[in-house]
Amino acid sequence: MTQPVMDIKDIELEFQGSRTLIDFVKQRPGRVVRALNGVSLQLNKGETLGVVGESGCGKSTLARCIVRLYEPKRGSIHFDGKDIFAAGAKADRSYNRRVQMMFQDPYSSLNPRMTTGQILSEALSVHKMRPEGEIASRVAELLDLVRLPQDAAGKLPHEFSGGQRQRIAIARALAVEPEVLIADELVSALDVSVQAQVVNLLLELQDRLNLTILFVAHDLRLVRHVSNRVAVIYLGRIVEVGDSETLFSNPSHPYSQALLSAAPSLDPDDKGSAIRLQGELPSPLNVPPGCPFHVRCRHATDFCKIEVPELRALPGRGEVACHHAEEVSENA
Amino acid sequence: MSDTQPILEVENLCTTFTRGGVALPAVRDVSFNVGKGEVLGLVGESGSGKSVTLRSILGLSRRYGDVTGSVKWMGQDIAQMPERKLRHIRGRDIAMIFQEPMTSLNPLLTVGLQLTETLKAHTDMGRAARRDRAIEMLDHVGIPAAASRLNEYPHQFSGGMRQRVMIAIALAASPKLLLADEPTTALDVTIQAQILDLILSLADELEMGVILVTHDLGVVAQTCKRAAVMYAGRVVEQGDVRQVLRAPRHPYTVGLMRSVPQDVPPRSQLYTVPGTPPSLEALPQGCAFAPRCQGRTEGCLVARPPLEAIAQGRSVACFNPVIDAQGAAA
Repeated sequence: MTQPVMDIKDIELEFQGSRTLIDFVKQRPGRVVRALNGVSLQLNKGETLGVVGESGCGKSTLARCIVRLYEPKRGSIHFDGKDIFAAGAKADRSYNRRVQMMFQDPYSSLNPRMTTGQILSEALSVHKMRPEGEIASRVAELLDLVRLPQDAAGKLPHEFSGGQRQRIAIARALAVEPEVLIADELVSALDVSVQAQVVNLLLELQDRLNLTILFVAHDLRLVRHVSNRVAVIYLGRIVEVGDSETLFSNPSHPYSQALLSAAPSLDPDDKGSAIRLQGELPSPLNVPPGCPFHVRCRHATDFCKIEVPELRALPGRGEVACHHAEEVSENA
Repeated sequence: MSDTQPILEVENLCTTFTRGGVALPAVRDVSFNVGKGEVLGLVGESGSGKSVTLRSILGLSRRYGDVTGSVKWMGQDIAQMPERKLRHIRGRDIAMIFQEPMTSLNPLLTVGLQLTETLKAHTDMGRAARRDRAIEMLDHVGIPAAASRLNEYPHQFSGGMRQRVMIAIALAASPKLLLADEPTTALDVTIQAQILDLILSLADELEMGVILVTHDLGVVAQTCKRAAVMYAGRVVEQGDVRQVLRAPRHPYTVGLMRSVPQDVPPRSQLYTVPGTPPSLEALPQGCAFAPRCQGRTEGCLVARPPLEAIAQGRSVACFNPVIDAQGAAA
């Protein structure tokens, strides 16, 4: 049994909207966006955990909570047995070094006025990874690691293509020798042929450096390819989590089924199963009561409108949050 | 290949922009036909000239660049047609939907007004008839409570709903050809499936031709009858979608297909096309793909391979076409 390095328990996060004039007149508080509604996840050492879901479901918010960019309202995140939001824990900068994040947009996540060399050496000196004298050689090593030419150190981000910029972002994250990488839509902004290059690099580095990766993405094919386990998230709640191959070949939650069947196949004759979701993601401003998916679900019963389903293990499958998981997965 | 007379014939279309005295050939010698009710996919990576091709067909690039070649709409050349005459075709016979549902609607006007505007310009319907038609269109594209939403503004609609509104506007005047520029790229997969189903069923119902620009090979496989693959401003391969995706002949198409993680062992190394697409300022002298191509020969670096027919309705621009490529969907 592998040891979880990161234990996320029931985290909830709300964003307070500002009070509008109408709110003042009606004497009610401003509206609240419920971004995460009790997310629990374990991240095991050396694995890649994929997180998929539609936009606005809370994928990125979760990633940002993990690197302490947001503080959850309730719940806890334990890393290596320690609560990362405990009093005084924030002063401990070593967590920031051990868990690194890489962002989606390669055009805005690098400082346009710093050369690649400066970007990488800043990370090294802030965390005192190397004595001053060795920094230059470490930068060269890092560029080599992500297969960028050595003269890249003197260049500014605008001189690089999107794929190369994401390599710089990977090098920056790896500079401080982290144990966990949070990849938030790392390759979404890249073209297919370049995407494959970056994904290959990430997988290779993971094996070589024994990294644990949380891979947030909306491209299902890609998530299936890189992940050992996958979590499907819907309106700030995990609806299904399990082994990647099992989940993709036999999704148990009606939402996972619909999401997977919506991804267009490359085979023109494989029109996919005709599960088409009706309607759209409800706004997180107004999360439906009961199971958040019941408004779009074909299997919904009256019970689903009242009671929120808990995640529970299903034999031969992963964990599913659905009252009717047994019947649904049988019919699939 | 459609047996009937094509409705749109594009021949040797070239669009060149100039920036700081440097010529940027965005579209080079692009030729294709679209038949009645046919869905043609235009695939390629960013910067390959897909969108500029679409815009050039409708005469939207001529203000910014130099457009040559011929675009025949029902036998009539519209590439050189004066703007005033073109306006009668644009929006009525040929409609376009753009990629960004968030920015292509006017935020200051109600959805109803933006819908009826097209009808006012292109039909002789009266005010009440236009309103009825607008409600009918919104209803048609799957917007619930259409009548009450006519007076709403774009910000009151979600991304998927706005794209539906865009489609409703485009289809209001019953065009014969729809140019769709990445209509689903900004949307989630579940909404994408709904929108593509909608476009397909409307194309079928109204016998409307569609040119669908996309970078997603899955979308092409699921919606198009024929596909044209573009690279650095040129069409490098064209043909029936099954043939192009299952037995690609151009090394670039092969690379594209194989770099998609499908039917490969999990976590294995993916096939990659080395390097990056060339910049338009410094296109290679010979085949634009040659520097990234594993099967290149001396000749490829010097001469540019023309797009030649290799079978009925199938053409490839390569001196050494791949013979037995394993397409990802094989």
